[in-house]
Amino acid sequence: MKHSLGLGVNRIACDGHGLCAELFPERVSLDEWGYPIVDGQPIPKELEQHARRAVAECPALALFLTRRAA
Amino acid sequence: MSAELRSEPTARRLLAGVRRDGRAVTLAEHRRAHGDLAVDTRTILDTVEASGLRGRGGGGFPTALKMAAVRDAGRRAVVVANGAEGEPISGKDKTLLAYVPHLVLDGAVVAARAVRARDAIVAVPEFLQPVVEHAIAERDDGRISLHAVTVPDTFIAGEETALVQFLDGGPALPTFTPPRPFERGVRGLPTLVQNVETLAHLGMIARYGPHWFRAVGTAEEPGSTLVTLSGAVSSPGVYEVPIGQSLDALVADAGGIGRGAAAYLVGGYFGTWIPADADVSLADADLARHGAALGARAIVVLPQGACGVRETARIARYLAAESAGQCGPCVHGLDAVATDLEQLLDRARRVDGRRLQRRLEVIAGRGACKHPDGAVRMVASALRVFEQDVRAHLSGRRCEATR
Repeated sequence: MKHSLGLGVNRIACDGHGLCAELFPERVSLDEWGYPIVDGQPIPKELEQHARRAVAECPALALFLTRRAA
Repeated sequence: MSAELRSEPTARRLLAGVRRDGRAVTLAEHRRAHGDLAVDTRTILDTVEASGLRGRGGGGFPTALKMAAVRDAGRRAVVVANGAEGEPISGKDKTLLAYVPHLVLDGAVVAARAVRARDAIVAVPEFLQPVVEHAIAERDDGRISLHAVTVPDTFIAGEETALVQFLDGGPALPTFTPPRPFERGVRGLPTLVQNVETLAHLGMIARYGPHWFRAVGTAEEPGSTLVTLSGAVSSPGVYEVPIGQSLDALVADAGGIGRGAAAYLVGGYFGTWIPADADVSLADADLARHGAALGARAIVVLPQGACGVRETARIARYLAAESAGQCGPCVHGLDAVATDLEQLLDRARRVDGRRLQRRLEVIAGRGACKHPDGAVRMVASALRVFEQDVRAHLSGRRCEATR
């Protein structure tokens, strides 16, 4: 089965460091308080690298990838 | 709120046995009224499904589906009767626990047998712990053991993941999901969390069957429900109504409204403001026309001459303060929204109406639980229903009410 990649945030863990928006601006913006607003669109192959880096670099370990049946 | 008891005579089911002297119905009295409780575990889930019972705590989820999910987890399960009624304008769950605790306990036992649980925990506010403990001590439910546990008196404590975390010895704060309690709850076991009113109906359905249950209510939303009515009515209190009854009829039963209503808040603090002339019936299918739902089944009547913006600001501030404080968008967002509303009331302050609208749109869906979603939904409905008042305040004038 084909799967599409998405981005999720553990809102309890998230401290609003904002690194995700810097590393993955294609899908993450910040609200006026510095917390991520995630675009729910599936992540295409060419953006996967950015997504993985954002997840790996999150200081609060709050960002994660989701896999949904496409 | 103090749960003053009222009952609309045509739909007295849960409240039928309530004693006038205000003491809890004893087990002997309960059995005299309803007979012994017998549960056929092979058919009970089909019976519940046929009844069409849905959760009475706010979510409105089909009870049979939730029960099946817990049973099919294939492990020993736990049942939690959720009586943590943190909603300040709701008294229906306290009413059941205080006056007819055995209806709730019967439901907890039926649920436990259906999902193969041996433990059923009844989560109650502190002042009801003795009543419920006493009722439990009267009973013998064989291999199923019931326990009453006092839960904190906060708005969020009744959120089901918060309740599970608290019962496991942690703080009464929501947790990240998944897993949801039906997958992994108390002591890591599949856990069926049901509102105490839902369980009271379940106990009755086990006795009297789905056909009896469906004799009142609508085809899609069968049964009766408890409603806590407060605000500008002559006789505020807890009423039992058939689902689908008109709100106007309920208000008339409650002695009417002196000066007339300006608006209703339907569904509790997470609910939706609807105009007083909306002419709705108390069923989700009809309330949906106004973007509303029965939700926590608490209704506030705002009288003519009161300012809806002021009442909304007060509730928004309460909900901001009752945030679990764990998720940024909820902590900062609800505080900002409440502050915007307060400044709207202060003629010396200028408020950017579009910024408030933007804030409402960006907050929903960004918490671990639905607390921020419920709060912004309520505020957004106020901006619609009290549009004229909002405009008056925005332009620095006074609204109708404060003129």
